[in-house]
Amino acid sequence: MGPAIETRALEKIYPAPSGRRRGPSGPQLAPGAPPTQSAPPGTREIVALNGLDLAVQPGEFFGLLGPNGAGKTTTIGVLTTRVRPTSGSAAVAGIDVVANPVAVKQRIGVVPQRPNPDRQLTAVQNLLFHAAYFGIPRAVSEPRAQALLDQFDIGDRGDARVDQLSGGQQQRLMIARALIHEPEILFLDEPTVGLDPQARLALWEILRALHQQGRTIIMTTHYMEEADRLCQRLAIIDHGRLLALDTPAGLKARAPGGTLLQITLDGDASGAAAALQTVAGLSRAAPQGAELAVYADRPGEALPGILRAIEQAGRAPLDIRLTPPSLETLFVALTGRKLE
Amino acid sequence: MVFRALVRRDIHVVSRELPMFLLRTTLQPIMFTFVFGYLLPRMGFVQPGYTGALLPGILGVSLAFASVQAVALPMVADFGWTLEIEDRLLAPVPTWVIAAEKVIAGTAQGVIAALFVLPVARLIMGPIPGLDFAHLGVVAGMTLLGAFTFSAFGLVLGTAIRGEQIGLMFGLIVAPMIFFGCAYYPWKALAGTPVVQVLVLVNPLVYVSEGMRSALTPSLPHMNPLVVAGALVLLSTIFMAVGLRTFDRRAVS
Repeated sequence: MGPAIETRALEKIYPAPSGRRRGPSGPQLAPGAPPTQSAPPGTREIVALNGLDLAVQPGEFFGLLGPNGAGKTTTIGVLTTRVRPTSGSAAVAGIDVVANPVAVKQRIGVVPQRPNPDRQLTAVQNLLFHAAYFGIPRAVSEPRAQALLDQFDIGDRGDARVDQLSGGQQQRLMIARALIHEPEILFLDEPTVGLDPQARLALWEILRALHQQGRTIIMTTHYMEEADRLCQRLAIIDHGRLLALDTPAGLKARAPGGTLLQITLDGDASGAAAALQTVAGLSRAAPQGAELAVYADRPGEALPGILRAIEQAGRAPLDIRLTPPSLETLFVALTGRKLE
Repeated sequence: MVFRALVRRDIHVVSRELPMFLLRTTLQPIMFTFVFGYLLPRMGFVQPGYTGALLPGILGVSLAFASVQAVALPMVADFGWTLEIEDRLLAPVPTWVIAAEKVIAGTAQGVIAALFVLPVARLIMGPIPGLDFAHLGVVAGMTLLGAFTFSAFGLVLGTAIRGEQIGLMFGLIVAPMIFFGCAYYPWKALAGTPVVQVLVLVNPLVYVSEGMRSALTPSLPHMNPLVVAGALVLLSTIFMAVGLRTFDRRAVS
């Protein structure tokens, strides 16, 4: 079986915005995005995707990580047939999204960034009509809709108007809607933005369960923790380009400086910092008042040497904190800016 | 199959809102009917025979603007901020099918509005000289063609206009269209002001009003129904061609 998703040299260039044509969900001009050479002065095209190559395997939980304006939503837009690529190709389940969007739509479920239920309908009607759009007969869709509502803990809200549902309930309704036609591939665009921590955790559980059922899931997020906990592989993108692609652990191992050790001393740390220069296996040691920040690739091996050096400098450690290499540090190193 | 589900959804939603929809789209023509078809004739400012010229025009206005609003208003909101139409754009059909369904639903709503206004207007005005239901085929044809043309025009407006411009749409497009749409006077009566008579020909409502006159009051002055039908077919073709394109551009960026 071929890849579930494949993009080759995918490019999307939006014409310079004229007036206020783009809504709030449209692509934003990322700071520092390269203005296109050919654009006449005074106009700036928006390069949302700049030669993106991706391949997602069937059954994979794949994350697209990047700051706002990185091209995540545009990527999802192309793959869900809602954005026409400027050049390059994209295929979903082996089907070209431009040549045959209808066949692609048949195979995908999409959970939007912001819940967009049909507000003229009740919760369960949202599911039933969506099923009908996919040609699913009522006899099949009715039990399926109720099962999905039950599964997502809104089984008793089926007849409620959508406006009477909370934000978290609406988001879960959107996932139920994306699943009612049993798609092979599920797309989620920043599904937990705007949810409270409890609702976010509940959603993570749902997504894990869906993945365990064998579904391919592609999710965008700009939350490090979310990407780390859920995704099997992560693509870090910025300015529409792929910066890194690996498992979360693999990416973290690439984070510069290794594990961060933050040591609080009983006095000024500069003498201890000087003494640390002689300890092997440390990449950086920076004193700040009584605080000492040390990076070590193998913190366990380095620690005895560090403690000895501190004692030699006439200081005693009061507190030691270890922070393992994180996606956050990697991201900063790759893009030069913070994620959130 | 998908198309049928789209229609079912619109029937479900529209039937729930029908009273509000009729109130919103027909109150203005009905009030106009009351003032010009009831009060003014009794004041003696207007000849009693005026109601014969007025009724088809009132029906034309109701038909046209119920159709335009039925398509354009939800669409401006859908593409502007609610994004509710997204669930239909994910349906496994080409996007033009979704736009076409909206136009057909709008046509039906226009016809419903006209069917509602006809007895109300007749009741307000009393017996109407020249009113003649002998040519039901022509009545049905003109009604459908007029509603379809304005429904397609609604598709153009609904996809071309931004949310913040809705007020502008009514002030700058709809209001002039009504006043210069030969709804309240027959086109032939503009013979005394030939410049106006020619200029109003760009207004699609002229053909709807005149089409209704040719169908409902054939003994009174009216435009040739074949000219009317030709103009409406041409206009609706243009509106559909433009509207489907702009819809596609909003649906797939």
